[in-house]
Amino acid sequence: MSKRSNWSIPYVVFLVLFVVLPLVLVLLYAFQDGMGHFTFKNIGKFFTDRDALSTFAVSVEVALENTAICILLGYPAAWILSNKKYNRSAVTIILFIMPMWINALMRTLATAQLFTMLGITLGKGTLLFGMVYDYLPFMIYPIYNVLNKMDKSYAEAAVDLGATPWKAFWKVTVPLSMPGVMSGVLMVFMPTVSTFAISEFLTNNKIKLFGTIIQENINSSSWNYGAALAFIMLIIIGITSLFQKDKDQAEGALI
Amino acid sequence: MAEKIIEFKHVSKSFDGKNVLNDINLYVNKGEFLTLLGPSGCGKTTMLRMIAGFLEPDEGELLLDGKPLVGIPPHERPLNTVFQRYALFPHLDVYDNIAFGLKLKKVPQDEIDKRVRRVLKLVAMSDYEDRDVDTLSGGQQQRIAIARAIVNQPKVLLLDEPLAALDLKMRKDMQIELKEMHKKLGITFIYVTHDQEEALTLSDTIVVLNEGKIQQIGTPTDIYNEPVNCFVADFIGESNILKGRMTGKRRVAFIKHEFDCVDDFDLDEKVDVVVRPEDIYFTTDPAKCQFKAKVNTCTFKGVHYEMWVDTDTGYELMIQDYDPYPVGTEVMLYIDPDDIQVMKKERTCNTLHGTVKDAETVTLLDADFPLPNEFEAGTKVKVEIPFEAIDLMDNLDDGFLDGEVHSILYMGNHYHLTVKTEDGDFLWVDTNDIWDKGDLVGIRFKAGEGIKITKEDE
Repeated sequence: MSKRSNWSIPYVVFLVLFVVLPLVLVLLYAFQDGMGHFTFKNIGKFFTDRDALSTFAVSVEVALENTAICILLGYPAAWILSNKKYNRSAVTIILFIMPMWINALMRTLATAQLFTMLGITLGKGTLLFGMVYDYLPFMIYPIYNVLNKMDKSYAEAAVDLGATPWKAFWKVTVPLSMPGVMSGVLMVFMPTVSTFAISEFLTNNKIKLFGTIIQENINSSSWNYGAALAFIMLIIIGITSLFQKDKDQAEGALI
Repeated sequence: MAEKIIEFKHVSKSFDGKNVLNDINLYVNKGEFLTLLGPSGCGKTTMLRMIAGFLEPDEGELLLDGKPLVGIPPHERPLNTVFQRYALFPHLDVYDNIAFGLKLKKVPQDEIDKRVRRVLKLVAMSDYEDRDVDTLSGGQQQRIAIARAIVNQPKVLLLDEPLAALDLKMRKDMQIELKEMHKKLGITFIYVTHDQEEALTLSDTIVVLNEGKIQQIGTPTDIYNEPVNCFVADFIGESNILKGRMTGKRRVAFIKHEFDCVDDFDLDEKVDVVVRPEDIYFTTDPAKCQFKAKVNTCTFKGVHYEMWVDTDTGYELMIQDYDPYPVGTEVMLYIDPDDIQVMKKERTCNTLHGTVKDAETVTLLDADFPLPNEFEAGTKVKVEIPFEAIDLMDNLDDGFLDGEVHSILYMGNHYHLTVKTEDGDFLWVDTNDIWDKGDLVGIRFKAGEGIKITKEDE
């Protein structure tokens, strides 16, 4: 073994301790009953648990809505940022990205305080607002990256061939920026499915998300069922990311 | 009488205060293959983008078929462009790339099919309809880019250095194909390149540009054989560029010898002389010999030998010949009068305008130069500085003004440099020192040596 490959040892140890081992533990707990015997009961329980199923449905719905709003708001923002005609300084980009520097929990708490102060009832609306506020930069950044690197001559070629600027945008710029949108979706959709802090603070737990029940189960010491729910969520997230993988790699949209 | 299809009338354009195009007047005849040729930054691409509609002129008029183009958005102009890096849409296959323009124009599907097939055949890419564009080689992408443009039957096809990304062999093949395509289609081609050989091979008309100004317009043979100034002579092909002086009717002196020539200028006028290296002939007949030289280097270049000779009067000349002469040989040389191109000098010295600061100092180009003078402080003066009276210093602190070597011309026994100052002004310098393009230099004047200071007439 060459010396240089030894350098990877700390990372391997880290990955085993903090990534592989916890995952194995989740897997083990998910398929064990309280006494440590192997069972499918935990997984089965989810599919008969009306509460868990409806929470899951709500989670997916909220995540879809959040992702859609983030695309609708984030794409135009990214486009304007990447367009030299409208944005001549890096400052605007930093302003858009800056919220990412502040802990999401703190921002969420502050938002909740703001709503209370303004006398706005906490509920679905405030939940979505908080989510969009938290996740919008994650949508803007990868789209901005792709648009910024995109050769301007593509859009020019389309216009040259007779497309109005609007048509050139839809027929060329948008399709070519899809890898960025996909990255954005990946970075917004998946974390929203599993989030629980935002719903806790911004709806006072009126709306429960999938992450919330996992947290509740773990907190009330039903580790096995909690692990099973976490396992199911992992599978679902895994499937969505597999689905989007090849397109992403083609353009290297993420930074 | 040829019909004008595109016309530039007094067109100027600047970016961020920098003049890119300066009073351009040009017309393009219907059906011709016209090349805009010049070094990078000369304004050629700006002109092309102006025709395409991506840029508008600051001043002047641009006409298509006699009607103004300015104000018409690019998508409504009946022109198409072949972009430098092709800009084929990577999310569409070959067929959809080519059909892009036709679909936008709502051409019926069967007509689109027919026209796409026809252009694919024309560019010899018939079986590639369903291929993804990124599976194609550079040359193939090039052909598709051309097909995508010509399928729309544009009035003018604009080509922006379309062969720059190809390797040499492929470039040569594509040149021939482009020329044939032009003949077959009968469309006007406006072609942008910095490659003089490409321009000479392809064009009906060449427009040589430099620093935003048209230097010369002409057929390839005109431009090659009768360059109008040193820039064109140096840019197109190899040349010996030399200082000369008219000594009589159709007699010119250079390299300290006198020659017959075919151009007529005033007696004693200072001129520039261009002799192409293939136009200097070796002879063994002392009666024919006009001057003698010694071979200094001899290099085989494939078709010919390239030799540098030192003349008996101390000049270096480049000669190309099919037969080599060994280094050290004394040779006899002559030049035909037809092959001596005499050009009017663009300038005989640097002319600057400034203000007297005191008896010892004159402010020129925003810098103070020690120049003894007999004028009162504040007098506006014209200062004429011979090319030899400027000193360039390695150390910027030794100069009174900083500059950058912008271009270099070898004149047989010295270098003629164009130096660009920080503010974008030009100075011309004759020197024996060797500098490289881009070198930063300190600029000084050799006081006394022929520098003339005169009061500016109001």
